[in-house]
Amino acid sequence: MSDDSEPAVDPEAVSHVAGLARVDLDGDERERFAEQFADILAAFEALDEVPETDQEAQLANVMRPDEVREGLSQAAALRNAPETEDGFFKGPPVS
Amino acid sequence: MTAQAAETEDLATVIGLEVHVQLETDTKIFCGCSTEPAEEPNANTCPVCLGLPGALPVVNEGAVEAAVRVGKAIDADIPEETTFHRKNYYYPDLPKNFQITQYDAPICADGELEFSVGGERRTVGIRRAHLEEDPGSLQHKGGSIDTADYTLVDYNRAGTPLMEIVTRPDFRSADEVRAFLAKLEEVLEYLGVFDSSRDGSLRVDANLSLVDADDVAADGTVDEAVLEAANRTEVKNISSHRGAEKALAYEETRQKNAIERGRAVEQETRHWDESKGVTLSMRSKEEEKDYRYFREADLPPLRVADWRERLAIPELPDARRERFQAEYGLSEEAASKLTSTKQVADFFEDVAEAFDPDLAATWVADELLGELNYRDMAVTDVADRFDEIERLVELVATDEITAKNARETVLRSMLDDGEGPDEIVEEAGLGKTSGDEVQQAVEAAIEENPDAVADYHDGEDGAINFLVGQVMGKTGGSADPGDVNQLLREELEG
Repeated sequence: MSDDSEPAVDPEAVSHVAGLARVDLDGDERERFAEQFADILAAFEALDEVPETDQEAQLANVMRPDEVREGLSQAAALRNAPETEDGFFKGPPVS
Repeated sequence: MTAQAAETEDLATVIGLEVHVQLETDTKIFCGCSTEPAEEPNANTCPVCLGLPGALPVVNEGAVEAAVRVGKAIDADIPEETTFHRKNYYYPDLPKNFQITQYDAPICADGELEFSVGGERRTVGIRRAHLEEDPGSLQHKGGSIDTADYTLVDYNRAGTPLMEIVTRPDFRSADEVRAFLAKLEEVLEYLGVFDSSRDGSLRVDANLSLVDADDVAADGTVDEAVLEAANRTEVKNISSHRGAEKALAYEETRQKNAIERGRAVEQETRHWDESKGVTLSMRSKEEEKDYRYFREADLPPLRVADWRERLAIPELPDARRERFQAEYGLSEEAASKLTSTKQVADFFEDVAEAFDPDLAATWVADELLGELNYRDMAVTDVADRFDEIERLVELVATDEITAKNARETVLRSMLDDGEGPDEIVEEAGLGKTSGDEVQQAVEAAIEENPDAVADYHDGEDGAINFLVGQVMGKTGGSADPGDVNQLLREELEG
């Protein structure tokens, strides 16, 4: 999997995923993250060594009744926001 | 591209829909925040719908029940197990950077809906219907979406339960789409899971392509491979059935024009601009694989197939229409009008029970709906005045006012000026004159017109009519001419 000649995640893939996440990466960063992805995936290969165990019985139908529960006040909801305006979260233009 | 070379008359239109409807629950789909419209932004939120770290979603049982009811109404299968997925994309209306939706195991599969259009019955297949959460709402400030200076975000709507209903590409015209959407709204309102008057309660994306008319089979279906080969556009941002009809008629013409001029139809996403009445090309968005769908591990699967039996649904519009025809002897047209919304149908049955089905049908289907239509009003606009309208029917049923006055004066004033029927009857002096007054007028007319009385006894036909006219004049037109005629004859013969 972590064959050096053909990395699992190449710089193009890093660039594509960064684009989807609206993250701007420069050329160096693309290369570096591609290498790091290879390391991370290699680390996860350790899981292949773990013996299989029986799966626990799966939960199903976990639901709550359709009853209103008090949430956050507007002030509390906005408290961590870097910028607000008239009770709204405020951010850069998006299209 | 088979369509490319063809004359546009030889082309057939193929349309499929993705309809998002808001389910009427008290709370959001994954948290206990209220879905009532709030006056202030960000007033109905909590850690779950704000996507704060560590917050865990729990499914609203009411939303699942509503979805199963919808499935039952569209004759869909409810699979043994249904699961939720995360659809990843980065946009500020999604605080978690993913939307919880359903992917390969939707709660409803393989349904259909029958509707009529231009007097013809049509059935459209429904591929699937699934539950998902609504994103928040954005305001682009200081310009249009492309030129704005900044963005304001309100998460009150984030987490509102939606159902996305995906049809098969079975529509052949924009007209059919409008009729289907109207019928879908009707059925959902009957189920009590949808409120069409709510802002943004219906949103439609439509796929439209043109294929060679020869590729449409006799049963109206089109081969998958033909559809795959035809370039289609996806039209987004449609928010009503009338909007859908206009947007798709526009898009159909646009594609035909392109083909006529020998240009290719681009496979793309287009945005319906309601105010300008055009569809505009949108910057191409992510492909499906870019959404990186994966199982929502915070939500265990649902096993609700048996709810289909457990949950009752009310009589639906088609069944009710047929019953109205059989039970009340109504024409198909009247029965269709009366079952077009549950509100009207319920009101009709109340009035029919209280007075008389024929009178109820005339007053609800013809008079009320006619006057509302003339004023561009909907039944929902007078839903809180049903008592008053029922009172008006009572005034007619008990002979207190004439049907003509009820229709031409009282109902119209009620709708135009908002007054109640009794006030209008009193102000306009429309109450039928009491028996005593009519009797006095009859006696006076006979006394004052000896010549006419003599003519009557000589067998002259016109005499009685002259006397009726005299009585009507004395009572200001409020007496019933038939009654007056009768009274005069009794008086003259007696």
